[in-house]
Amino acid sequence: MTPKNIIFAIVAVGLLIIAPLGQGNYITYVLCSWLLFSIAAMGLNLTLGYAGQVSLAQASFMGIGAYITALMTLNGIHWILAMPCAVAATFFVGLVLGYPALRVQHHFLAFVTLAFNTLVFLAFRNEEWLTGGSFGLVGMPRPDFWVFSTMKQLPFYYFTLVCFLISAAAFWWIVHSPWGRAFKALRENPIRANSVGVDTRRMTLLAFAIGSAFGGLAGALMTPLVQFIEPGSFALVHSLKLLLMVVVGGAGFFFGPILGAAIVILMPEVLRFTEGYYLIIYALLVIVLMVYSPTGLMGLGGKVITRFRPQREVRKDMVQGAQL
Amino acid sequence: MPEFIQIMISGLSAGSIYALAAVGFTLLWQASQTINFAQGEFVMLPAFFVLALMSFAGFPLWLAILAAIALSVLLLGAIFKRLIVEPMISHGTLPLVIATIALGLLLKEAVKEFYSPLGQPFPSLFPQEVFVVAGASISIPDIANFIIAMGTIIALQLFLQRTRTGRCMQATAQNPDVAQILGVDVKRMVLYTFLINGALAAIASVLITPVYLAKFSNGEVLGVVAFTAAIVGGFNQIRGALVGGLVIGVVDNLSAIYFSAEYRQAVPLILLIVIILVRPQGLLGTAEGRTV
Amino acid sequence: MSETILSVRNVSKNFGGIQAVREVSFDVKRGEVLGLIGPNGSGKSTLFNCVLGQLKPSSGEVHVNGRNVAGMRACDLNKLGVGRTFQQLSVFPQMSVIDNIILAGQEHHGTMLSRLFGPSDAGLTAEAEQMIAFFRLSHLRDELAGSLSYGQQKLVDAAMAFMAGPSLVLLDEPAGGVNLTMLGNLKERLKTYNESHDTTFVVIEHNMEFVMSLCSRIVVLAEGAIIAEGTPDEIRNNQQVIDAYLGG
Repeated sequence: MTPKNIIFAIVAVGLLIIAPLGQGNYITYVLCSWLLFSIAAMGLNLTLGYAGQVSLAQASFMGIGAYITALMTLNGIHWILAMPCAVAATFFVGLVLGYPALRVQHHFLAFVTLAFNTLVFLAFRNEEWLTGGSFGLVGMPRPDFWVFSTMKQLPFYYFTLVCFLISAAAFWWIVHSPWGRAFKALRENPIRANSVGVDTRRMTLLAFAIGSAFGGLAGALMTPLVQFIEPGSFALVHSLKLLLMVVVGGAGFFFGPILGAAIVILMPEVLRFTEGYYLIIYALLVIVLMVYSPTGLMGLGGKVITRFRPQREVRKDMVQGAQL
Repeated sequence: MPEFIQIMISGLSAGSIYALAAVGFTLLWQASQTINFAQGEFVMLPAFFVLALMSFAGFPLWLAILAAIALSVLLLGAIFKRLIVEPMISHGTLPLVIATIALGLLLKEAVKEFYSPLGQPFPSLFPQEVFVVAGASISIPDIANFIIAMGTIIALQLFLQRTRTGRCMQATAQNPDVAQILGVDVKRMVLYTFLINGALAAIASVLITPVYLAKFSNGEVLGVVAFTAAIVGGFNQIRGALVGGLVIGVVDNLSAIYFSAEYRQAVPLILLIVIILVRPQGLLGTAEGRTV
Repeated sequence: MSETILSVRNVSKNFGGIQAVREVSFDVKRGEVLGLIGPNGSGKSTLFNCVLGQLKPSSGEVHVNGRNVAGMRACDLNKLGVGRTFQQLSVFPQMSVIDNIILAGQEHHGTMLSRLFGPSDAGLTAEAEQMIAFFRLSHLRDELAGSLSYGQQKLVDAAMAFMAGPSLVLLDEPAGGVNLTMLGNLKERLKTYNESHDTTFVVIEHNMEFVMSLCSRIVVLAEGAIIAEGTPDEIRNNQQVIDAYLGG
């Protein structure tokens, strides 16, 4: 990390700490929601943005995480034990979902994962004995940590923030480790990656498993936040929403999904005055963005910067061309 | 047994309508590598054109249908291609996928907001009569839907195989570079594909909407069914999408009765996963020309 | 010096009724630079893919360092000490040059876990910098590989093949599409590397001048079978080779 990055990180964390102060419960709730969707979107960003594996099933992993957490905490098990179970379970289910990716790519993979999401949704809806069916589960407790109770909205925000910061740090660490390099290599040129010793099979499965585990964690946070979960919250449309977050923000950029989640979650509040037209305006903005900047808002930002501050010559081959 | 025949017939009838949407989906994919996630909404929308034209412009049903087909050819064909697909085609698949997802959302919300969030009754095109053959009651709309949908697909197939324009379109789908060299106006052929998709969606819409109500959210299920059918049958030919549509229609109806009403939706999806993993080129597809 | 690195034993490969490679046998010793030449369709690429484990020979065996490589995954073959370059450009375009090179070495360092929890460069920055300096790419260290010129990307590709310290490197048309100045440099770098590291090369190439001056021994394929084998001088004067290339 360069000093500039560290200063930026400190300022960002500072802003996140003061963000909910003086705000009502509802805004704090929206901020919590943004943080937990950022975690899920971060996971999808690893699978899609870094490793290049299309997944339309991220919401189902949030669902699996949320239901596991709900069922365990309803049975009196503390969140701190339920959460790791949710993360581990989604990790392994993600690993299994990775297997189709070894056979098919791109849009076929998109359809397999899409089908998986709907199957999970159906299971949530139909297995009433376990999941409460379409009525869902209610009354999940918010965790207490000794003297620190998260029952009130503000403490819960800080609890979510801590989880978010840990996830963001873990994500940052992964994508900057040799694993991250191998994931990117998988996205850029899997055949070449394989030929320089990257076990592409293992990395593909890991990309799915780790990405899904982030989804599981987000689900584990959603349960105590909303205290009511039902199958509809994890339907295909929510996977598409997560995909929107990642791509609109900028797939393959660290801050992309966090920005994307902010847009998707916070925009309804900003556009509240437009009432019913909010989604229409939103959809139009997404289409326009994709037409002008397929790399998302991060890419758009980059474009604007290069427009106003011309970069040095990109092609360096002319400089020392004679040498090699 | 009569019950089985009844199910088969209503399955084939629904399946032939799914096939219309699936064929359009396949054509778009072949001609421009566009995966249209808004295909379901494309089938949802024209029914509202019909309703709007009837109630606001006072059109009779038949005229409203013709006008709706023309409108979809224009809006869902030409405008869709010009404004969304064309500027994005060079950006790769993913941004276009996102854009079509957003477009689906846009269409859905626009209908909900500007027309109605409630299901609207849609006039049926055929007498709702039932006749009994060998103990099985068969409804006239089922038979009529099947005939019209199949007729449309056969006509399309003949157009693609027997006419010069059709063959140029096929050449474009198979190898645009070579087609270009041979003097085919590739851009125009791709445009035709989009126009045809608009028309197919409109026909499917008019046929399927009387079965349900016209509702803004109809596209959610129809979209999934359309691409499930396209993949199950095989992406690279019309025959594949046709068979896929019929298979899904029948499987869907059979599983609702004989398997489990709750998991009815799951059966086509499981079929989809199995097909993709075991035979990614689809039931009828050939291995080449697919980027797996 | 006479240790056999690569041993091709009676390899045949049929595709349906077509016999692409017929009963080909040859050995490559440590430190040798073997050229594999032949007209288009002579079976070079098929043979190459058999050696790389991508294709399973219909009969016969390929041994690298004494291990049968049939059906071996590319990453396992790489861990066995086989590096390769590709005919088409094969870099990671959205990664910097230094990251390309580090990637090519990292899977040979430490364990899966140490690659997650250890340093982000897997301790390879110095080694990778040496490698790019060797190929005279130091000034491009932090550029995206995709923004480099064609010839420079070829060099990055070659540098990646060497990063893991392989005992055998397979070069698939290294000279293809590279301009003359760059070609001379590439050849000189390859030769220097070969001499200083005692690394064995197998080179497929159409550019005769390049092959003749780089290789110590040449195997000529025509219609799937070896028609000649020897030093560049012997091959240059071999009537059969001249016929195969010129007489058609």
